[in-house]
Amino acid sequence: MTTFRINGRAVTVDVEEDTPLLWVIRDVVGLTGTKFGCGIGMCGACTVHVGGRPTRSCITPLGYVAGAEVTTIEGLDPSGQHPLQKAWIDLQVPQCGYCQSGQIMQAAALLKDFPTPSDQDIDAVMAGNLCRCMTYVRIRKAIKQAAAEQRMGATNG
Amino acid sequence: MKRLLLGVAGLVVLGVLGFGLLAFRPEISPISPPAPDSFAPELVAKGEALAAGGFCTECHTAKGGQKFAGGYPMHTPFGVLYSTNITPDPETGIGAWSEAAFARSMREGVARDGSLLFPAFPFDHFTKLSDDDVQALYAYFMTRPPVRAPAQAGTIPFPLNIRYLQAGWKLLFFRAGRFEPDPNKSAEWNRGAYLAEGLSHCGACHTPRNLLGAEKSGEPYAGAVVDNWIAPPLTAANPSPAPWTEDELKRYLGSRVSILHGIAAGPMSPVPHGLSALPESDVRAIATYFADVDHAAERAALVGPAVARAMSYAAAPGAGQESDPDARFYTAACASCHYNSGAPLAVRSDLALNSAVNLPDPTNLIQVMLSGVTAGEGMPGVVMPSYAHAFSDADIARIAAYLRRTRTYLPPWPDLDAKIAAIRQQASATQ
Repeated sequence: MTTFRINGRAVTVDVEEDTPLLWVIRDVVGLTGTKFGCGIGMCGACTVHVGGRPTRSCITPLGYVAGAEVTTIEGLDPSGQHPLQKAWIDLQVPQCGYCQSGQIMQAAALLKDFPTPSDQDIDAVMAGNLCRCMTYVRIRKAIKQAAAEQRMGATNG
Repeated sequence: MKRLLLGVAGLVVLGVLGFGLLAFRPEISPISPPAPDSFAPELVAKGEALAAGGFCTECHTAKGGQKFAGGYPMHTPFGVLYSTNITPDPETGIGAWSEAAFARSMREGVARDGSLLFPAFPFDHFTKLSDDDVQALYAYFMTRPPVRAPAQAGTIPFPLNIRYLQAGWKLLFFRAGRFEPDPNKSAEWNRGAYLAEGLSHCGACHTPRNLLGAEKSGEPYAGAVVDNWIAPPLTAANPSPAPWTEDELKRYLGSRVSILHGIAAGPMSPVPHGLSALPESDVRAIATYFADVDHAAERAALVGPAVARAMSYAAAPGAGQESDPDARFYTAACASCHYNSGAPLAVRSDLALNSAVNLPDPTNLIQVMLSGVTAGEGMPGVVMPSYAHAFSDADIARIAAYLRRTRTYLPPWPDLDAKIAAIRQQASATQ
């Protein structure tokens, strides 16, 4: 029995401790916004936050998050109004949409660590999130737009 | 000739008798288990904090087992030893042990019945404890829930498993005695030394051992292998680019994280957990002591340049993923969490500054990549995934070699593939 918190509420699941967190999130808790892409932590589609930090849930055993706070795309913002989510819609970033949960979760952590991200910062931190539709140009633009909105919010109140 | 033979035989008999005298320790009469309420609550609370700071539960509790009931396997070079039951069960634990028997086991490594304990139990450190602390520990252990759990036989081969022979080991390597403060050092230093050398027995992991398993007295804290991880040197020989100053040590031992060195993972993980039961002043005292052991104050000026160099990798032209396939692999697999630029962030464990990347042996880096970090280790609530199933030995070797090549000026690690395979094999063997 492993207990952790997901999107602010406590859950206790009765599956083997080495079950990848991704399957617990999708099949046991029922939140399907997080996607399976490769199973080896190399595509980023499975990215969630654990303790606020971006984590590849397909290679994170359930036992590792006992007592921790997990946030999925569904829980990033209570009303879906995170600056990234707004920029994503404004710039029509997704094409097929499959990678986008992971992209947004990774970008949310990028902006926390680098409020004014350079292209180099974006390259390094986002390179693990693959997009087969190649909407990278829009992803980069949306990150910068969201960063600007966060900075404005920080100074203007 | 016959006289010579008789003489030699006589000497041998005398020798064996003499050794027997040395090794013989009388039994201390058993007592009925003292009533838990016969111990003052403050004494028990003090003992609880001391037991945490001495990490008793780490060895005396088996995985998934009852606390202090023993059965934890210790893999020594001589075979496997199982820890004993130190709950106050009268038959299988220490319930029949008087305080004198308990104190004798801590100070001299002798059980109540007179048998000698193997020094896998660090009585060579606990001998330094004060009488007050031993009394508090006794009060704590005698008030735990008794658990019936008989001792398990280990796999130490004959004749090394003959307990009497431990008298020889003790003759060579053990000196009983309370901690003696150094009058030339501060009270804080002495408190730290008492805790480090006595209660928390840091040298038991961090001091290399000789062929007979004793800590090498001439190489205190020079680093050692423990549980298939490396316990790095705590002396000035520590190879981390930023020296371990007193502040860094205090932060690491207190919070499990050092921005300039990495986190407390693997066998080190229980240490800050245990120390958190001691007063903060005690943790600072230990930091004061080790800051002196590693002469960090003299090397404090190295911190700035080490950080600057670590941050320079972010901006290095031509070393990025465009031209170096290993850099590309690292960026895809690791940089999302480990990339830093400008200044290292606590939440982004910087690998250029990390101890594991700078040790002569790649074991710690490989272990962390294979096993990841749980929410309870290192930074609280934060995890690192486990790459054991995701990556092949060659993949892990590539990343390890890349980090060594680009983040340090140190010689490359030889035979990474073989090392990784061996570590995986050891991990599955000790499951």
